[in-house]
Amino acid sequence: MKIISETLILVKRSLIRYTRVPQLLVFSTIQPVMFVILFAYVFGGAIKTSINYVDYLLPGILVQTTLFGAMMTGIGLADDISHGMIDRFRSLPMSRGAVLAGRTISDLLRNVFVIFLMVGVGYIIGYRFEGTFMGALGALFLMLLFGFAFSWISALIGIAVKDVETAQSAGFIWVFPLAFISSIFVPVEGMPKIFRLFAENSPITYTVDAVRRFSVNQPVDYTFWASIIWLAAILITFIPLAVRQFRKIS
Amino acid sequence: MNSDLIQYIQEAKVSGMSDGEIQAELLSVGWNHGDVRQAFLDNISPELENPPIEQSEKIEAVVSVRGLIKHYGSVRAVDGIDFEIPKGSILALLGPNGAGKTTLVRMLGTLITPDSGQALIGGHDVIKSPDDVRKIIGLTGQFSAVDMVLTGRENLVMIGRLCHLSKLEAENRARELLIRFGLSDAADRQVKTYSGGMMRRLDVAASIIAHPEVLFLDEPTTGLDPHGRIELWHIIKELVAKDVTVLLTTQYLDEADHLADQIVVIDKGKIIAKGTSQELKAQVGGDVLELHLTDHSQAHRAAAAIEALGIEKPRIEELEAHIFMPVRGGASVLADAIRRLDQARIDLADIVLRRPTLDDVFLKLTGHVAG
Repeated sequence: MKIISETLILVKRSLIRYTRVPQLLVFSTIQPVMFVILFAYVFGGAIKTSINYVDYLLPGILVQTTLFGAMMTGIGLADDISHGMIDRFRSLPMSRGAVLAGRTISDLLRNVFVIFLMVGVGYIIGYRFEGTFMGALGALFLMLLFGFAFSWISALIGIAVKDVETAQSAGFIWVFPLAFISSIFVPVEGMPKIFRLFAENSPITYTVDAVRRFSVNQPVDYTFWASIIWLAAILITFIPLAVRQFRKIS
Repeated sequence: MNSDLIQYIQEAKVSGMSDGEIQAELLSVGWNHGDVRQAFLDNISPELENPPIEQSEKIEAVVSVRGLIKHYGSVRAVDGIDFEIPKGSILALLGPNGAGKTTLVRMLGTLITPDSGQALIGGHDVIKSPDDVRKIIGLTGQFSAVDMVLTGRENLVMIGRLCHLSKLEAENRARELLIRFGLSDAADRQVKTYSGGMMRRLDVAASIIAHPEVLFLDEPTTGLDPHGRIELWHIIKELVAKDVTVLLTTQYLDEADHLADQIVVIDKGKIIAKGTSQELKAQVGGDVLELHLTDHSQAHRAAAAIEALGIEKPRIEELEAHIFMPVRGGASVLADAIRRLDQARIDLADIVLRRPTLDDVFLKLTGHVAG
């Protein structure tokens, strides 16, 4: 189909960009590495978890990394809009959806790379994945789906604000509270009631908890399915919204 | 109310008088300047807007625009524009910043939807069938829309592939265009290393990779050095020689003069004049006497001294101590002017009698200088 080959052409473009500007990849991993060090060595001693804190922390960091990485989708689209690339694509006889799919899929591929890199960093500080091979695949699948779903939210924001700096700050305004009011860094049990209620139902907590269970070789439970439902709902909502917003660009 | 005037103009034209001569005569018998100008527009436009049937069958209009309107809030960015572009010709849309040129090009390029009116590109309606329009157009926006990180070749192949050329076709076409646009040495370098002129050429190359029938160029030479401009002019002329129909916008009167078969002057979203470069210049009538003074404090005295020789009041650009005045009567006016200025003890740096340029036309039509 036409849209598939168009999407692949644009994925290729983004991947070439990542190989030419490796700084993009390097810088997107420096921040999570800092978080790992900060939490493992500075805050970690004061955080009580049922398992070893590094083993608790790393699945959270992996999800956080894909979450922050998803923000790149909106920033990249805003960059293309402000440089006229999107106008160029819109004047071509190509599918509107391909532009967005090309961007979100290339960000998904980048996430694969970043996840492996961060697992490597985790191994250096003592993290060990104790699950099965299938569990590893399940965790990888869930994290990529998570990153892909949040890429579409980010895409909508990027297209709506059309400007790199605004996309950057508009992205982090909602991502930051979402990341911290979750089980990424600390167990939700210690949070005040309202925060705890929010955290317990957040797609981030479900995803992190499910990945964590894979990591310590516990069987799949409701957290996995709740995460899948959340992510499917996000995709069903935000893909049409982003495509509609894209059509409205003028 | 001006039907007398229009009839007179038409008769005078049939008798072989030039527009300038007719205009001068009408002014000399006491017609108001604004009325005469309007009558000329009314008289000239019907011929251009609605060519007789036989003629429009002979010359196929590839782009046809009728009553196009686009509002932004209460501002009418484009306010009822009509024109046609025959196949294989260039129309220049000339106007200052904010005149509505970009809005118009973006509507024709299917990037924004008109509020009302109609535009047909190769017979396809930009509102009803934008996808069909996109198949036959190329669009180069005001800012280079190329990926700085990719190489020139990668950019062209990518755009070619997105226009559904096969991999081989896209690669061959990219090679051909890189050679033709003088970019083959830089083909495999990242675009961020290119000069402004090279980037612009790559941008135009990307727009024509899939052999469009119609090419829209929004201020293609803005920001280029003179060498870059001339190179781009050559490219545009070459395309037109191959039957591509071009609409370009420009703020540069000399560019429109040099390239265009047809010029449409717009200001504040409306067409204020159209015709060939010759026709537009004829609207100024006669020649232009241009004075450059050494002392700008003498400008008003100098203008007063020569006023009687003009067919219109002199225009003073005090800052640069230049004075412009439309005149009739050739070299004798020049001699007369020099004598009068000498008597008034004006120090001249230069004095010229020249054919009107589009700058003069623009000024006359809008009351302000272009740009």
